[in-house]
Amino acid sequence: MSRLVVDSLSIDYDGRRAVCDVSFSLEKGEFLAVVGENGSGKSTLIKGIIGVLPPSAGTVSLSCDGRPGIGYLPQQTKLQRDFPASVREVVLSGSVASSGFAPFYSAEDKRRAARYMDELAITGLAGRSYRELSGGEQQRALLARAFCAARDLLVLDEPTAGLDPLISAEFYELVARFNSETGITTVMVTHDVAAAVHCADKILHMGSAALFFGGCGAYTETELGKNFTGCRHD
Amino acid sequence: MISLLFELFSYQFVVRAVLVGALVSLCAALLGVSLVLKRYSMIGDGLAHVAFGALSVALATGFAPLVFSVPVVVLAAFGLLRISENSKIKGDAAIAVISSAALAIGVIAASLKKGLNVDVYNYMFGSILAMSRGDVYLSVSLSCVVLLFFLFFYNKIFAVTFDEDFAFAAGVNARGYNALIALLTAVTIVVGMRIMGTLLISSLIVFPALTAMRICKSFRSVVICAATVSLVCFFSGILASFAFEIPTGASVVVANIIAFLSFSLLARVPR
Repeated sequence: MSRLVVDSLSIDYDGRRAVCDVSFSLEKGEFLAVVGENGSGKSTLIKGIIGVLPPSAGTVSLSCDGRPGIGYLPQQTKLQRDFPASVREVVLSGSVASSGFAPFYSAEDKRRAARYMDELAITGLAGRSYRELSGGEQQRALLARAFCAARDLLVLDEPTAGLDPLISAEFYELVARFNSETGITTVMVTHDVAAAVHCADKILHMGSAALFFGGCGAYTETELGKNFTGCRHD
Repeated sequence: MISLLFELFSYQFVVRAVLVGALVSLCAALLGVSLVLKRYSMIGDGLAHVAFGALSVALATGFAPLVFSVPVVVLAAFGLLRISENSKIKGDAAIAVISSAALAIGVIAASLKKGLNVDVYNYMFGSILAMSRGDVYLSVSLSCVVLLFFLFFYNKIFAVTFDEDFAFAAGVNARGYNALIALLTAVTIVVGMRIMGTLLISSLIVFPALTAMRICKSFRSVVICAATVSLVCFFSGILASFAFEIPTGASVVVANIIAFLSFSLLARVPR
């Protein structure tokens, strides 16, 4: 059974149809990269998948037990950049839904937070204030938080925006490893088509509508794929 | 100093006012951290004006002031939150419109009933003498409810304040917690304006959070520091108000300004 099914989804945003009749489905453990030009509805699609924006038509369904636990890495807002919170607080808040109505985090929540801080090499920053970190460190903290929250699905919206190429490559590596180790279905928006083809199983190319959906191999053979990966041989 | 304290607490009404005031300062400071960080500071101000309008109407029509105005302000809080969620700029204008509309209605309601001017003045600038025994019981229980809710849902409130979309995706009812914050804010404002006054209550919400954020680096330390600063400023304000015979609400605000300035200076000291 498919884990995530998006069926003829359309979403209106700011008075225009940003996502138009998009359909695709992902199996458990698949890694989808969403690519496309600026303003092609990538982020709107993501917000539709996590349920923040309601669909104007069509449906999004995620098969899971109970309320879905989606680990979401949003594009950073200005408001967050100067938020007084320690890295530990930010990462722990990834487990906010797992405790139900209990007022405190469980020992398991704390262990999970510690494990991902360790994996992302930010354990040393745990006591530091989020607003004092560099862009890359902030992004790692948010990624660790998303890992903690991802019980059924991991959704990343341009995780490497504003990061230098070296850190970006490392980031894609971390996400791909998380995906293969945990088998959690992953959806990632990125501008970096080369990296997308390298680490994802499937590609969705957006231009309001879905211009392409399928495997990476097939994508690089299409005109669209050739144009975007810069591998045109003619 | 000691004799002043003894003199102060020998009056029953002072003890009541200090008890309610301390609880309200605590509630306002805790909620204020979330409101300031979410850029909702102006909602506190707008709600205070709505509370003034509601209290004036209650006085003019003979309803019990707190019983009438708490639901009105709660409704206004939900309305303002809904508007702010939809669009930032419109939310700004909506608060300005609702503030002045409520103020106008309140002033007219007050003028329709003769002899009400003293009460209206009390609501505008606050008066410790205005607290009746019933008011005190209701205020204390409402404040305790606000405090318990805040402590119980602390982790959720942090998650929703830091990143609403993330909290929603992770499976938290983000809209519900937003509504809870609005509800608690509305209750705090109605209860607090008897002491602080309409025009000054929002400073109780905004100042301690801003002061704490000058030097504190984690959310928890900001919350604890804001609560402490708020309590200290409230007591210093009350003392100053008796010692120099100046209005209580204004003295508390000035104490908060002094705290804010000192923390700002402290933050500039190189370490």
